Amino acid sequence: MTQASVPQSSVEEAASHEAKFAPIVIEPSRGVSLRLQDLWEFRELLYFLFWRDLKVRYKQTLLGGAWAILQPLATTVIFTVVLGRLAKVSSDGVPYSLFALSGLLPWQLFSFALTASSASLVSNTQLITKVYFPRLIIPISSVLVGLVDFAVGSTTLVALMVYYRVVPTWGILILPLLIVFVIVTALSVGLILSALNVQYRDVRHAVPFLIQIWMFATPVVYPSSLVPARWRVLYGLNPMAGVIDAFRWALWGTRAGTGEVILASIGSVLALLLIGVYYFRSVERNFADLA
Amino acid sequence: MSTASIEVNEVSKRYEIGRRQTYKSLRESISDALSAPARFIRDRLAGRASEGSAETFWALRDVSFQIQQGEVVGIVGRNGAGKSTLLKVLSRITEPTTGRLVLHGRVASLLEVGTGFHPELSGRENIYLNGAILGMRRSDIRRRFDEIVAFAEVEKFIDTPVKRYSSGMYMRLAFSVAAHLEPEILLVDEVLAVGDASFQRKCLNKMESVGKLGRTVFFVSHNMQAVTRLCPRAIMLEDGRVREDGQTARVVTSYLRSGLGTSAAREWTDVTRAPGNDIVRLHAVRVRVESGETEEAIDIRRPISVEMDFQVLTGGHVLVPNFHFFNEDGTCLFVTVELSAEWKRKPRPVGTYRAAVHIPGNFLAEGTLVIAAAISTLDPVVIHVHELEAVAVQIVDSGGGDTARGDYVGQVPGSVRPLLTWTTTVVPLTSRQQVT
Repeated sequence: MTQASVPQSSVEEAASHEAKFAPIVIEPSRGVSLRLQDLWEFRELLYFLFWRDLKVRYKQTLLGGAWAILQPLATTVIFTVVLGRLAKVSSDGVPYSLFALSGLLPWQLFSFALTASSASLVSNTQLITKVYFPRLIIPISSVLVGLVDFAVGSTTLVALMVYYRVVPTWGILILPLLIVFVIVTALSVGLILSALNVQYRDVRHAVPFLIQIWMFATPVVYPSSLVPARWRVLYGLNPMAGVIDAFRWALWGTRAGTGEVILASIGSVLALLLIGVYYFRSVERNFADLA
Repeated sequence: MSTASIEVNEVSKRYEIGRRQTYKSLRESISDALSAPARFIRDRLAGRASEGSAETFWALRDVSFQIQQGEVVGIVGRNGAGKSTLLKVLSRITEPTTGRLVLHGRVASLLEVGTGFHPELSGRENIYLNGAILGMRRSDIRRRFDEIVAFAEVEKFIDTPVKRYSSGMYMRLAFSVAAHLEPEILLVDEVLAVGDASFQRKCLNKMESVGKLGRTVFFVSHNMQAVTRLCPRAIMLEDGRVREDGQTARVVTSYLRSGLGTSAAREWTDVTRAPGNDIVRLHAVRVRVESGETEEAIDIRRPISVEMDFQVLTGGHVLVPNFHFFNEDGTCLFVTVELSAEWKRKPRPVGTYRAAVHIPGNFLAEGTLVIAAAISTLDPVVIHVHELEAVAVQIVDSGGGDTARGDYVGQVPGSVRPLLTWTTTVVPLTSRQQVT
């Protein structure tokens, strides 16, 4: 009712608004453009979707955020008993439990981010078919949610390092970079899978399987030093192999000799990212019609 | 100052049938590729989908129009006419296949109320989330937060998860966020079809005030009454094309006329397929104004006649023609049966008849009036003819102060709207009132 009494000023306001915004032109798209500016424009939505997923993640659970600690801890115990004690897998000179946990934390960040991002578009169909925003926001916000679990879970690693009196090297300064690397890897693959998932729901069934296989191709529970030297570069094409090696190097400086693995991983993640973004952008115009 | 707000130039949108609703499994794609590898590869290279024999369907064809800043335009058309597709293209949810659209100003599209609401989150959290989804800045939401909550009337439950809300509270909160958007262009799809009557009214009033604020409103609805009242201009789509564009009263009339038989006049030329039985058959039903014309949009002040032509095939039965009047909600307003002394309780001889009933002006409510025609024997009851939705007209109240709505511009409730006589006199104070 109060609005009705002030039409004059609002018309002026509307007019001044218009001056500020460039007209929106809608045309059939030709080629693929990144439209990063569009992404920046919608950064608040990115934040809110991230915040929503985070808020909802442990709603109506008994243990809540404790799951973020329980999961890596329980898997570490199992692997320590089975692989460390019984199979006596090498752990490059650090206690096996510490070795396994240092691999499992980034791995679980990756597997969570990949699972969440590949399902993200389909689980947000309601938004895609009703509102416009750069579709990239959805997989991006979904991979970021895993970071919070990772941060919480990392406290167990700190505790274990204190327990074993392992002194970190200056390399820990590059840890944030490595975390970004894990997220980007998950996002690159997640972009492809999420877009495929819109059309082919097979993806939902393939992802858990893919993650399982991928883990065995990654030095999570065994050291990459077990891989013969001539296969190292090929092995490093799996970006997760390089980044988990780098994690351990950053934490306690084991085996600088895995450098070629890390370099190969950097190359392959950049290629994956390009392919992922390109593919996503080229099919996103059909999402609303297919979802 | 009339500057263009929305420009739409020869926009077409093609869908491939089969790809539209269903998603494919990978197996199907692989089997497509294996069964016809050459075609699969050729199609892929050409950027086409692997649907060799895909039938295409044009949801929009060469749609062009221009909307000036501050105009409120209604879009009408039957299901499948392309209304929703047009709205989706304008909202940038889906791309046009050809053509070009230009929007001047910020756009908010309401294709649904409560998009992105999460049941686990509280009312407060959902306001922020939904606001962000609809394109509000966080600072805007914070500034208008109290207003949004007050409009929705959910102050007490603002920190309760919305899954515990009643459906009415949920809808009110959802609409309230949308109603407080401040875009220059507002695209609205039928969102008012939900919620209880009093809240719908509140929403319509809010939309009216939004229109008066100089914003461009693009309103898709099946509710002809809402379109007639909110939108001075309407565009009618048919089979993806613009069929009419102009004054709402005229467009609504031709929309109603284009309906499947639900127009002001209907005739059954093939007698064998006309409603009825061996005793009597219906030939025609018409709504006429005083001049004798049949008209679809009728001023609320004008009297009308509703008539039916019928043929008695077997004589000797007492036959009573009757009409049933419904509004657009399907509520039966009243029933009227023929009671003229000439035919009352008298068997009808074989022949053709025309029976008409006269309804005074200033009696029906505005909106769609759907008329069912029936011919019955009353004792014992035998229904010979019962044609639901035989004809339909639109009763239009354009205001002007001399109708039952007086000077009120909002939505007037009630199934009928008779113009009645009031008497008001000044009452001198009595001694009893002076004591109290």
